[in-house]
Amino acid sequence: MGVKSLKKREHQLSNTAQQLEILNSGIFAAGGELPKFEDKLKETQTGPIRPKKLEILQLNLGYMCNQVCAHCHVDAGPDRKEMMSRVTLKKCLQILQQTSVNTLDLTGGAPEMHPDFRWFVTEASKIGVKDFIVRSNLTILRANKKYYDLPEFFKVHNIHVVSSLPFYKKEKTDRQRGEGVFSQSIEALKALNKVGYGLSGSGLQLDLVYNPAGAFLAGNQQALEQDFKKALKKDFDIEFNQLFTITNLPISRFLEYLIASENYEDYMQRLVEAFNPAAVANVMCTNTLSVRWDGFLYDCDFNQMLDLKVASPVQHLNDFDLKQLQSRAVCISQHCYGCTAGAGSSCQGAVV
Amino acid sequence: MNKSYYQSQDLKKFKNISDWSPDLGKKFFDYYNSVFEEGNLSAREKSLIALAVAHTVQCPYCIDAYTQDGLERGIEKGEMMEALHVAAAIRGGASLVHGVQMMEVYEKRTM
Repeated sequence: MGVKSLKKREHQLSNTAQQLEILNSGIFAAGGELPKFEDKLKETQTGPIRPKKLEILQLNLGYMCNQVCAHCHVDAGPDRKEMMSRVTLKKCLQILQQTSVNTLDLTGGAPEMHPDFRWFVTEASKIGVKDFIVRSNLTILRANKKYYDLPEFFKVHNIHVVSSLPFYKKEKTDRQRGEGVFSQSIEALKALNKVGYGLSGSGLQLDLVYNPAGAFLAGNQQALEQDFKKALKKDFDIEFNQLFTITNLPISRFLEYLIASENYEDYMQRLVEAFNPAAVANVMCTNTLSVRWDGFLYDCDFNQMLDLKVASPVQHLNDFDLKQLQSRAVCISQHCYGCTAGAGSSCQGAVV
Repeated sequence: MNKSYYQSQDLKKFKNISDWSPDLGKKFFDYYNSVFEEGNLSAREKSLIALAVAHTVQCPYCIDAYTQDGLERGIEKGEMMEALHVAAAIRGGASLVHGVQMMEVYEKRTM
């Protein structure tokens, strides 16, 4: 696994058409071993997937990140320069004011690395959304002195911090995210706890995200949450609120890993076998709109990375028309099996 | 006919054993699923027991299934290996404890 993004390495998987070709052929080819997601929805009478009320606006501020994780579906890294412009950020603020969106979700890359991050958080918090999420990779909070005060900044704006921590032990975390990531993440969690995040009664929400470090699915979310809480408290005196289990979707660098380790077919078979019709009703694309750094709109962050734009005449923030957007059908491909396997998966964890 | 007696894809066909005896098959799988539910032992503990037993009975299907089950439950490789050593200790001990019989026969037959 390289330490640079697929794009920097000019890897064939940095081409989204190539990824979609893989997801549409082989075991998923017509008459192949596994049913396409579209056919599975038909068979179970659960499709097409259509949006419900728009609740979450998820902004991908850019693909720059201080880490180069082996499983990253964004293909993020220090070598990625894509960034949302201030013009686009202002447009997002307008939409927040115009709609009844109750959750603003900032992701990346490392959203904190965006030069307008603090300005945007300050402006957005003035508008007031019920739940203002920043997805932090944790290590960024300790990467440079200029970020050390971010826990305090988050507190001032009552940010809901959702942080990635693949496991409560060093080995699995560092193998997925890079050497030294675990100890830096622990330091960052302590800094968040210090200002009250994750502590009962503080009102400052700190949730962790678990995604499997390999070609397997996440187990029961509640059971894993208990294990995480017990281990982090015992070993580091760290507290947090909830654990979200997220399935790795066969996209970008995780797809690269699956193919290179000869796990791709088995993994897809596992996802298909675990298809749960009940999860389809609650997949995140039914209440979320994902905005790319350049203002294009997607059903979710995964579709964004495959450049599957919303199936609507409105595909860009500049033409934003909620009524028209809400009448679309969600774009699907075989990666969607990742969100419907077992208890389901979303940016808010299990959905069933 | 495949050259190997064991084919990894056969694990996915396990449920097919019900085809030739649906009632017994159903009873077995109902029982199997009940056994692994949370009880006095946690599902996590049961998964580790299953992994150890899988190695004792040397079932490749079960080893595959319960290694993956352990991964999904967040069981670490150190825990998995300790469970195997429990199986190995019992298995080795089962051989060695028969040494008592050997010793008794030996003592009886010799002056």
